[in-house]
Amino acid sequence: MFPSAFSYVAPNTLDETYELLEQYGDDAKVLAGGQSLLPMMKLRLAAPGMLVDIGQVPHLATQHESPDALRIGALTRHAILDSKQFDRYPLLSQTAPWIADPLVRNRGTMGGSLAHADPAADWGATLLALKASVQLASHERQRLVALHDFFVDVYTTALEPQELLTEIIVPAPLADSLVFGHYFKLERKVGDFAVVGVAVTASLTDDGTVSEAGIGLAAMGSIPLAAKKAAALLIGHRLTPELIKEVAQVAAQEGDPQSDRRGSEEYKRSMVRVYVQRGLAQIHQEWQVANQSIA
Amino acid sequence: MEHRNANESSLVTVVINGETRQAMTEPRTLLAYFIRENLGMTGTHVGCDTTSCGACTVLMDGVPVKSCTVLAVQADHHALMTVEGLESIGGLHPLQQAFWDNHGLQCGFCTPGMLMTSTALLRDHPEPTETEVRHAISGNLCRCTGYVNIVKAIVNASQKMASEPAEV
Repeated sequence: MFPSAFSYVAPNTLDETYELLEQYGDDAKVLAGGQSLLPMMKLRLAAPGMLVDIGQVPHLATQHESPDALRIGALTRHAILDSKQFDRYPLLSQTAPWIADPLVRNRGTMGGSLAHADPAADWGATLLALKASVQLASHERQRLVALHDFFVDVYTTALEPQELLTEIIVPAPLADSLVFGHYFKLERKVGDFAVVGVAVTASLTDDGTVSEAGIGLAAMGSIPLAAKKAAALLIGHRLTPELIKEVAQVAAQEGDPQSDRRGSEEYKRSMVRVYVQRGLAQIHQEWQVANQSIA
Repeated sequence: MEHRNANESSLVTVVINGETRQAMTEPRTLLAYFIRENLGMTGTHVGCDTTSCGACTVLMDGVPVKSCTVLAVQADHHALMTVEGLESIGGLHPLQQAFWDNHGLQCGFCTPGMLMTSTALLRDHPEPTETEVRHAISGNLCRCTGYVNIVKAIVNASQKMASEPAEV
């Protein structure tokens, strides 16, 4: 299989990239890791006239941790987040090993995955749970868009044709709390798309009160989703079995999953309920262990 | 800034198994096909051609990747290693020998990919556990063996390579 004919350009700087995107507009596609775009082009589901390979643009694959945020360069490959631990962001290294397979993780990038906007993508759910934002840049302007506003529809984002996603910004957790995170993915086989994916993160204070929480859902609608109602129920409370059960039930009702060959709507909702419950129970247990060792 | 026109062949230069090779190709040529058809090295197999099976795995700058999902032009001026690069004057690479000894293949179609993935694994983790091996090869599909003998072969090779480091 091979894609439709296209022209190829590999800019060396961000300015050159912006110029090219300006010049070619809708006819151009940005090539990052290529692990979603190239398969789509081979299947002729995408046929851009111009491919702009940003692989040679420097400083796009870096990660910077500051007191208030973790800034992840768009070209950061999944494998980096699989091997590198960011202690205040445990959910990232919990999610990375679930993405596709090790060979794909060696090429695929976080920015590419988000810009592709597959509703079943793992990073979408996780980064929504973490309340991340993305930096979109063009010659004209730089703008910071909350991920919540970034996903518009299946494979559709707020990116304008002349814009490049340059960075993902994950806000730091509250300093006085312990932060936990888990990612669950139901897949038929290794490397498959999620039947459902559930990202759960929570910060707990000394007495076990939830100070921050996020729940992200993959493959539960036309875009990656945050289960906001469910996460809001956690704030200011302790993780009792009753609360966990209630939150899991509310989370399962968020989103709009379709019945398909991967499972029925009912099944997908049930699995979300199970995973949210499991994630919160694990977080509670981990907090107890951590708290005992501190005391 | 590098610019290549659609439907026009341009020069791609790679260092493959230590040797510099060049060929003219279109931007849309995928690396697996470039290696097989332009460079005439057919050890790298194209299995599914949909980024699933890993038969086309090669090392690009030392990192195992699915060469059916990388453009040849993206590999321009990069270092590649294919299954042909494993064998040395002394004979088979310890991994190849271990696959032979342990019946780690039946039809052999997935083997080049398995070998390249496990080459990178043993370089980074010289003594992997069985679980680590299974995780590492989870992007390489085999429809014959059921994986048991492949895992056995890789673990066996790691033990041999640890005890005879001169051969590596």
